Amino acid sequence: MLDFQLAHARARDAVHTPLDVEALKSALDGLPQVTVRSLAPDRATYLRRPDLGRSLDPDGLEQLPAGDWDLVLVLADGLSARAVQQHAPKLLRALMPKLSGWKVAPVVIATQGRVALGDEIGGALGANLCAVLIGERPGLSVADSLGVYLTYEPRPGRRDSERNCISNIHPAGGLSPEAAAAKLAWLMTEARHRRLTGVELKDDAPALDAAAPPVIEG
Amino acid sequence: MSRYASDFRGERHVFRDLADLLAKASPARSGDELAGLAAESDAQRVAARAALADLPLTRFLEEPLIPYEADEVTRLIMDSHDDAAFAPVRHLTVGGMRDWLLSYAATPQALAALAPGLTPEMVAAVSKLMRNQDLISVARRCRVVTAFRNTIGLEGRLGTRLQPNHPADDLRGIAAATLDGLLYGCGDAVIGINPATDNVPNCIALLEMLDGLRERHEIPTQTCVLTHVTNAIRIIERGAPVDLVFQSIAGTEAANAGFGVSLSVLREAQDAALALKRGTVGNNVMYFETGQGAALSANAHHGLDQQTVETRAYAVARAFSPLLVNTVVGFIGPEYLYDGKQIIRAGLEDHCCAKLLGVPMGVDVCYTNHAEADQDDMDTLMTLLAAAGTSFLITVPGADDVMLNYQSGSFHDALYLRSTFGLRAAPEFEAWLERMDMLDRQGRIKELAPQDGAMRRLLAGGVGGGG
Repeated sequence: MLDFQLAHARARDAVHTPLDVEALKSALDGLPQVTVRSLAPDRATYLRRPDLGRSLDPDGLEQLPAGDWDLVLVLADGLSARAVQQHAPKLLRALMPKLSGWKVAPVVIATQGRVALGDEIGGALGANLCAVLIGERPGLSVADSLGVYLTYEPRPGRRDSERNCISNIHPAGGLSPEAAAAKLAWLMTEARHRRLTGVELKDDAPALDAAAPPVIEG
Repeated sequence: MSRYASDFRGERHVFRDLADLLAKASPARSGDELAGLAAESDAQRVAARAALADLPLTRFLEEPLIPYEADEVTRLIMDSHDDAAFAPVRHLTVGGMRDWLLSYAATPQALAALAPGLTPEMVAAVSKLMRNQDLISVARRCRVVTAFRNTIGLEGRLGTRLQPNHPADDLRGIAAATLDGLLYGCGDAVIGINPATDNVPNCIALLEMLDGLRERHEIPTQTCVLTHVTNAIRIIERGAPVDLVFQSIAGTEAANAGFGVSLSVLREAQDAALALKRGTVGNNVMYFETGQGAALSANAHHGLDQQTVETRAYAVARAFSPLLVNTVVGFIGPEYLYDGKQIIRAGLEDHCCAKLLGVPMGVDVCYTNHAEADQDDMDTLMTLLAAAGTSFLITVPGADDVMLNYQSGSFHDALYLRSTFGLRAAPEFEAWLERMDMLDRQGRIKELAPQDGAMRRLLAGGVGGGG
């Protein structure tokens, strides 16, 4: 029973630990990058006001160069900054070599962010696809699980059913960053080819190497 | 327009319209505050309840909260309303309805006959005038019985969904969790997996494993992989063994569109599952989940408070004669239900309102790690729900869902409730437990050692075909 209480205490601590933006930047192997934040000023507001976590602080807009981008990758703290801190750089390292020929926008690091913040970021950049790598809600056994949400033609107002998701990316029996990168590359190629994401884009790849969402973290 | 005004105890409050009155009367919760719909003061909340108490029930038939032309859920509610069933309470106000529900006249038979005459809005309205004990007392008298391979909702029974989720959909991990739950006597409502992926071949692999396990041990229960309804249709087309079709649903057409579903696609799925004729003692083939906050999170709540719009989801559910429905009450997050108090209240509301509408309601007694809640709150809610006669509860190994990352009920919790309240599993499932020599003379789950017959028989089957 006390082990359970300790695990719960650790999970609650994970929710409240902030993203170390400088450390994340230096872990990205020199990829071009920009930093933005949502309208939620702190964790307490973030937890009660998901609408603010989905909206970009206007100061961030000038950081986002509009262009003919095929893809933007957004790294957001979500509910577990540790997940992004620890697993997102590895996932990008495995993903980037698979994207030859893709025009990829600078990586966007977003704090106090929710999934739909990617819609505004992708819209401002004019990107065709947006992949948001975000910390999932911490559990008792895993407090550092990463999720990826892929959206075709990201624009404010996109519905959750218009996204595909890869969840449970973590080292404690979840999907490895390498396997997640392979799955994401498959989904991105299909999405570009079929010009959509969401429930219409069925993940029909062979069994047991993928993931999509049971629930979308607002 | 001051059509809805309250002069309760000398204080005047005015409400914009019927939706505003309902929202202001609702017990405080973070989701209504997020939506800007909550009462501005505690005094205003009570004043709204006073005005609501005087409102005739028929007003909800005259004044749809979402226009008939704009929303297929409103059309479903209005078109399926049974006027003859409504007759016994037609003359009542909302407050009068509460008094009637708490009177001796509200017998299980009377409540069952009344259900088709009630609309979600009437039920939501009366619940806002009810204290927690009222919600328990009324729900306990509602009997909603459904069946597939066993019978759910009988008096003195408490079902359990065995939820053996795994973060990578590992078949052995899922089978181990399933056997663990069966050894605690859980799994009569359904053995249901939330897959980590909507991948069709993967879902088929999970279904075939569960179906093999069920057949090998001749377990009178049903299995389900909780994937999107359009996937379930494909999976049925590919000949996989689908017992129940699952879908998350909500209370407006737009919120359902957010889930990628409509009434017609739900009907298509129900027809496909019925055609398989896999039920033995009944034909309830649908399983739905709902939860306060779903419509707001899809920005599809049409200005309705989250409890009222949640109750409309039960009208969607009952149109498809489901075997099981459960609210995922603490799962959606603290932006909708902030703490243990709000989660407990919402769990009792959802259960009572669904039962009044004739829906076989169970509850995922649960919370996430970013909510202000803990195991003590869950103990309180599950105990209250057992008193209220909930159809079933969700159970996972050790209360920790390692895939969805939240805390739900445990197999041990089911034993606690069964022993404390003298509740039993579904009769067909209980007979199986007896055949497997897993019950003692008092009908309690035996403490089994590895060499005991039941344990050896269950474990000998292993995973995969043939065993």
